[in-house]
Amino acid sequence: MTAKWETVIGLEVHVELSTETKVWCSCKNEFGAEPNTNVCPVCLALPGSLPVLNAQALEYAVKAGLALNCKIQRYSKFDRKNYFYPDNPSGYQISQYDLPLCYDGYVDITRKDGTSRRIRIKRIHLENDAGKLVHAGDDVAAADTSLVDFNRAGVPLIEIVTEPDIRSSEEADLFLNKLRSILKYCGVSDVKMEEGSMRCDVNVSVRPAGSAEFGVRSELKNVNSFSAVVRGIEYEQKRHISILEEGGAVEQETRSWRDAQGISVLLRSKEDAEDYRYFPEPDLPPVVLTDEDVERVRASLPELPDAIMARLMSDYGLSAYDASIIVAEKEYADWFLRAVELAGRESAKTVANWQINELNRVMNEKGLGPDQIPVTPEQLAGMLKLIEKGTITGKIAKTVFEKMVESGKDAETIVKEEGLTQVADEGELLKIAREVVAANPKVFEDWKSGKQSAAQWFVGQLMKATRGRANPQLALKLVTQALEEQAGQQ
Amino acid sequence: MTHKLSAARLNRLFLAGELSAVEITESVLSRIASVDPVVGAFIKVAAEHALDRARKLDARRKAGDREFGPLAGVPVAVKDNICTCGIETTCASRILKGYVPPYDATVVERLRASGAIIIGKTNMDEFAMGSSGETSAFGVTRNPWDLERIPGGSSSGSAAAVAAEEVPLSLGSDTGGSIRQPAALTGVVGLKPTYGYVSRYGLVAFASSLDQIGPFGHDVEDVARLFEVIAGPDRRDATNAGRTPPEVKFGGEPSLKGVRLGVPREYFGSGIEAGVRARVEEAIKQLEELGASVEECSLPSTEHALSAYYIIAPAEASANLARFDGVRYGYRAAGASGLLEMYGRTRAEGFGPEVKRRIMIGTYALSSGYYDAYYKKAQQVRTLVIRDFERAFGRFDALVTPTVPTTAWRLGEKLDDPLSMYLADICTIPVNLAGLPAISVPCGFADGLPVGLQLIGQHFADTQLLQLAWAYQKVTKHHEARPDVDLKGGRQQ
Repeated sequence: MTAKWETVIGLEVHVELSTETKVWCSCKNEFGAEPNTNVCPVCLALPGSLPVLNAQALEYAVKAGLALNCKIQRYSKFDRKNYFYPDNPSGYQISQYDLPLCYDGYVDITRKDGTSRRIRIKRIHLENDAGKLVHAGDDVAAADTSLVDFNRAGVPLIEIVTEPDIRSSEEADLFLNKLRSILKYCGVSDVKMEEGSMRCDVNVSVRPAGSAEFGVRSELKNVNSFSAVVRGIEYEQKRHISILEEGGAVEQETRSWRDAQGISVLLRSKEDAEDYRYFPEPDLPPVVLTDEDVERVRASLPELPDAIMARLMSDYGLSAYDASIIVAEKEYADWFLRAVELAGRESAKTVANWQINELNRVMNEKGLGPDQIPVTPEQLAGMLKLIEKGTITGKIAKTVFEKMVESGKDAETIVKEEGLTQVADEGELLKIAREVVAANPKVFEDWKSGKQSAAQWFVGQLMKATRGRANPQLALKLVTQALEEQAGQQ
Repeated sequence: MTHKLSAARLNRLFLAGELSAVEITESVLSRIASVDPVVGAFIKVAAEHALDRARKLDARRKAGDREFGPLAGVPVAVKDNICTCGIETTCASRILKGYVPPYDATVVERLRASGAIIIGKTNMDEFAMGSSGETSAFGVTRNPWDLERIPGGSSSGSAAAVAAEEVPLSLGSDTGGSIRQPAALTGVVGLKPTYGYVSRYGLVAFASSLDQIGPFGHDVEDVARLFEVIAGPDRRDATNAGRTPPEVKFGGEPSLKGVRLGVPREYFGSGIEAGVRARVEEAIKQLEELGASVEECSLPSTEHALSAYYIIAPAEASANLARFDGVRYGYRAAGASGLLEMYGRTRAEGFGPEVKRRIMIGTYALSSGYYDAYYKKAQQVRTLVIRDFERAFGRFDALVTPTVPTTAWRLGEKLDDPLSMYLADICTIPVNLAGLPAISVPCGFADGLPVGLQLIGQHFADTQLLQLAWAYQKVTKHHEARPDVDLKGGRQQ
């Protein structure tokens, strides 16, 4: 991006809470059920039905707010947000307007270079999700009929609104990942973008670098994956800059992101912006929380990624970047902490290396999620013990690790079954070294003429002959001894 | 003559085995068949449903079951904005024609549990909007005292059904006076309970912060009996207070010794008819004779209450009626080419003019440029009205006013003049804004038409209010007068 322009981004993130039941009724909150099976008069908004606030949804929303460093409104209320749409059965959404449950929070993100930035959260409010339209055709326009599934109608949602503090698509991506991670840590949502339990509207504007005023923004709706957020931001960034550089003016618009085509299209302009006609929801009394209520929720919070990250850096000496990768998913952090507990604190860096380099690679290759870590902390610790005892070499360990992933067996079992123990018998190794040197007179001549790398080559040969089971330091010592013997004999 | 008996009497006779539930039901059905063609109190008579229910009650009683609720064997009519599982519920609107709710309103559940027989659904102003019973999409209801006159609204059918002795008891709903005003104009007793005493679950909302379901009957005892059945905690309504009213006890010599009554002068303004004023003033004297102390007082915000009401109620209604969009149930306009056209035509064809008028007023009052000037201001006025009452109840146990400034007007007389129609609820509206209980009891006649006396109580003083009204009723007997619908009906046919 040209240095002339600065991008300003604000996000509105919708997250479905994983409560047992819906927010206004006792219908089950579950993903993937047969259409219109988890419905009742309340979530269908049948005439005469009334909403009743689900206490668990309220608690989860407060929990999310506390985890995101927000203040909690002691007196909040619900408001009606009026709009017509077939998946909105009451003709209004029950949301929060001027008194959101949580406000003034923040999330710190860590870049790859280890520096961090603070993204402020303006507010978090609690509301209900709408149903889902299924169009019987290729798209809305071509569909003969549209069907409505109300299973999702009434599922509790929190809307997290950031201040316009994000400056790039990379930061947006980091923020969303961090947000997802925190919400998962506190167990308030399964935050699966692919199941729509996390969705995002993106506000993008561009201004001359160094300017204090904001440019005119466009809002991207229906952005349903992290990569779409990144691509959408970059698309809008380019669109705005090219308009501005051609001397034009950006219009304030709501646009729809079409991920498959990689473009945004106009949904509505400022002139025909919707008037939601908010007013206080008369069917629900205000929500009054005491300090004790808030403290009780705070006490139920688990240790959060920022705190664990600080601990990983100060107590275990990990780099900020390594620590940020480990804490990104609760399962990774739990795995790491357990493995270190078993392997000993002095092994923390080694454990981190195995986790970040080997485990992550394997999981990426196999497409495994954080809840499908293929090696247990016990298994890794067991393998590290074998290295420490000298039973296997570091090189063999990589083989053992692969086999652990494949078979699920412990390192010890694998080593025994495959005969992978380190050859530590000097006499036997020296014999092999002598054979290797004798069998390769040409390389021996190279070594004699002063080519130092030739010795390494012989070490390699020795390793090959022992299938990697030789101790590398010992191997170099014995190869050198064999070479010198050979030279002495000549 | 069974249809002329009180609910209390019917219940006793049923329990004693002197009248079967089927006999009671058949008697009521035949009374409805003979007079309702001229009165028009019912939208739907659920004859089969009621008889089936009556047969079950009889079978239970014959089998020796004695665990019956206080309304066992008593036919009750239900306003058509209260959901009845399996019985069409239309709110007297074309947009809900054919809609059969899959669930019962809490009050209906309680009626059933108490052994009541739901006899049918009563006519009303469409979506409870109106003060004359003339805005129903299914025809007008007539005042049993004069069939050329309106019975009052919006619970027109529920009031007229009791007044014409079609049923001993009925349920209505009161948003700005919709129980008390028709009770006054048809000469029956109607109670608007404290907001939050009776669950609204299953009441099709007009204005959620004002609506309250309440009973109609010929006398205070019957009304109290029905109130006790329907009031009480309900977790399905978050605005329900979770309180059970104390038992209402009647008996002994009526006395109001030590009761302090306030007479707010704003309720006796220039709009009040001379006949109405005279009857109410006589009633106040009688209350004094019963031992009450009576003193004039002032509720200065009264004059603004009507304006505030006509912002707040339509604002809430505009949201509450948004669900009638043709997507899931009720009426859907045929042949629309797109979604917006379907919405537009469904609502244009489905709603009547008064409902449309209020939806538009409400939508306008809530729109972003006007919210502060209208809705917010109206809520401030509402607070002032509440404060006025709080001040008054610092000095008085109850307030006494006319229920309606006039007697029943002629059909069609105010239909094209909505503003004059709105004035009919001027004495009842402040009570809804403050969420207070109030009762209308018959206090005589002016030009042959019934006049109602309104007693307003403090929050959750419904029981005291009923006792006060009972004392008055005991010494006056106005509630015993009955219209001669048979004769009039005969003449009409």
